[in-house]
Amino acid sequence: MQPAFEEIEHTADWALRVRGQNLTDLFRNAALGMLSLLDIEPVPGNTESRSFELTAEDSETLLVAWLEELLFPLEVENAAVVDFQVKVLQKVQLKATIELKKIASIKKEIKAVTFNELDIRAIETGYETIIVFDV
Amino acid sequence: MVEKKDLIKITDVTWEIPTSYREDMRVPVRIFADETLIEAALGDKSFDQAVNTATLPGLVSPVVVMPDVHQGYGFPIGGVAASRYPDGVISPGAIGYDINCGVRLLASRISLEDVRGELPDLALALDANCPSGVGVGGSVRLTTKELDKVCRQGSAWALKNNYARRDDLERTEEQGQIPGAEPSSISSRAKQRGKGQLGTLGAGNHFIEIDVVEEIFHEAAADAMGLAEGLLTVQIHCGSRGFGHQICSDYVREFQSAVKRYGIKLPDRELVCAPLNSPEGKRYKAAMACAANYAFCNRQVLAHHVRRSFDQVLAGRVPDWDLHQVYDIAHNMGKTETHIVDGEKVRVCVHRKGATRAFGPGFEGLPEVYRPFGQPVLVPGSMGTASWVLLGTEESMTKSFGSSCHGAGRVMSRRQAKREIWGQDLREKLEAQGIIIRAGSMPGLAEEAPRAYKDVDAVVDVVVRAGIAAKVARLRPVVVIKG
Repeated sequence: MQPAFEEIEHTADWALRVRGQNLTDLFRNAALGMLSLLDIEPVPGNTESRSFELTAEDSETLLVAWLEELLFPLEVENAAVVDFQVKVLQKVQLKATIELKKIASIKKEIKAVTFNELDIRAIETGYETIIVFDV
Repeated sequence: MVEKKDLIKITDVTWEIPTSYREDMRVPVRIFADETLIEAALGDKSFDQAVNTATLPGLVSPVVVMPDVHQGYGFPIGGVAASRYPDGVISPGAIGYDINCGVRLLASRISLEDVRGELPDLALALDANCPSGVGVGGSVRLTTKELDKVCRQGSAWALKNNYARRDDLERTEEQGQIPGAEPSSISSRAKQRGKGQLGTLGAGNHFIEIDVVEEIFHEAAADAMGLAEGLLTVQIHCGSRGFGHQICSDYVREFQSAVKRYGIKLPDRELVCAPLNSPEGKRYKAAMACAANYAFCNRQVLAHHVRRSFDQVLAGRVPDWDLHQVYDIAHNMGKTETHIVDGEKVRVCVHRKGATRAFGPGFEGLPEVYRPFGQPVLVPGSMGTASWVLLGTEESMTKSFGSSCHGAGRVMSRRQAKREIWGQDLREKLEAQGIIIRAGSMPGLAEEAPRAYKDVDAVVDVVVRAGIAAKVARLRPVVVIKG
C-alpha cells in the first residue's frame, strides 16, 4: 500500500508526495505530513478549539490556503495545531475545526507553502500531489 | 530534464541553454560554472527551473545562473532575471519568500590571538543577546504605527532609535532604505507576524558567525574596508523573517488569478507574475520594499546586539573592541536598475534570488571610499568552510546584469543530510577544528552541514574567472551561532 505522505528529495527545501482517497483525505494527509516535519512538542494541558471556512478559485490554491492556516498560529500565538477535522466541499471550499496547544518546543521552521510542482492529479486510488515547502 | 548535451559550452566557465531547447523559452539561459559545478547542478532541477524562468514575459536576454545554483521553487536559487519596464513582469516567487535575505559584514581591529580565550564567552553572549530559533520573538516589539515606520524607513528607523551609526547606513546597499515602500499594500497577517520579530535571526541556514581574516587578495580594497589578516570579523545572515514570508505568500496566492487576467501562461505556478505597470505589480513592489526595509532594519538591530555582546565580553580586555560595518548586501530582491542592452540604456526590474548585486567601480550608490574599487560582495560559506569578500566588476555589468553569487549553494538534500549526518557528531567535528558551535537544534545543524554544500572556493573561482567579481579577502569561521 502506498503511504499517505512521504518526504521526497529536494536540494534546498522540503518536499512531500501526498495521496488521498478523496480530496478531504488528501488535505488531511497533507496537513499530517506538514505537521510531522515541524517536530513540535506542545505544552501539556487544555486545547483551544477554532473553526473556519476557506474558499479558493481551485483545489491547489485551497490546499495552500489550508496549510498556511495551520502554520499561522505558530509564530503569532506560539500555538500549534495538535488535532483537526477537515472537510473539502465542491473542490474549492473547506470547513475545518482545529485544536491548538501552546508550544513547549519546535525544532523546524517552514517559511512558506509553495505552488512549485503543486498539481492535484487523479490517480487510480484517488488523488496525489507534490507539495514543496520553503524552509 | 536538462542534460549536459543540451548545454553549449562558451568558455571553461560559461555555458548556455539556447532558446531552441524548448519552444516556450523567450530568452536563453547563461550559466557560470566549471565542469564540476555543472555536473553538480545537473543532479537536481536547477537548470529546468532556469528554463522555466526564461518563459516569463518581457525578459531581457539572458536568464543568468550563478555557480552556486541549486533547485529552489519556481525560480532556481542562484538565478538572475531582468524584465523590461514598463511591459515586463515582476514575480514574487522569483524574489523568494525571504525577501531581502542578505548578509552583513562587520570588521574589527581585534586580533584572534589576543582573544582566543574569550571566544567561548563571545559565543555565549551572542547566543544570549541575539534571539534565534523557530518562533522566538525579538528584542523590539513594534506597534502597528512603528512597524509602518520600519517599512518606510528601514535602517533609518534603527538610526533614529539608537540601533545604528550613520556609517552603518552609508555602508548598506541602498543605504538600508528602498524607496516606494507602502504599508497599505501589506496584509494584517503580515503585520501581525512582523510586529514581534524585529531583531531576530530565525532558523534554517541563517547564522551569526565570528570569522578571522585568513588571506587578503586586494590590499587597497581590503584597507578601505578595514580588513587585515588575523583580525576578527562578524557575519550576520538573515532576512525579513515571517513578515517577508507572509508578504510573498499573500502575493503568490493573489497572482494565481492575476496571470489569468493578463493571459500569461507559465510552466510552473510558483512563477506567477504581473506586469510591472499593472496595479497588482505595483502593489507587490511596494509591499516587497516594505519587507526589504524590514530586513535591512532587522540585520541592523542584530548588529547592535552583536556590538553589545563584544562590549560585554571584551571591554577593558583588548585596546579596541569596536566593530565597524564593511557592507550589508541583499541576495533575494527585485531592483529597478538601468542596464545597457544591445547598446541601449534599458530600465529593468532585476530579480535576484540567491544572487547579489555586484556593481563595478564608479557606481554612485556606493560610499565614496568604495567607489574606486566596486561594490563589496559578501559570499558566506557553510560553517566549517571559508567565506569570501569580493568586489563587483565592470564586466559584471555586461555579463550578469551587475550580479554575482551569494554563497556555496546546496548540493545535498536536507533529507539525505538528516539520514547521513548526526548533529552532535558534526558539532564535535567542527569543534575539533577550532570552531565553536551554538545551535538551537541538532537536526537543524545536521541539515546545514558543510558536506551539504558545494565547495565555496570553487564557486568563487568561477565568478572570478568569469570576470563578474574579484577577490578581496578570505575569511575562516571560529564561532558559529545557528538558530
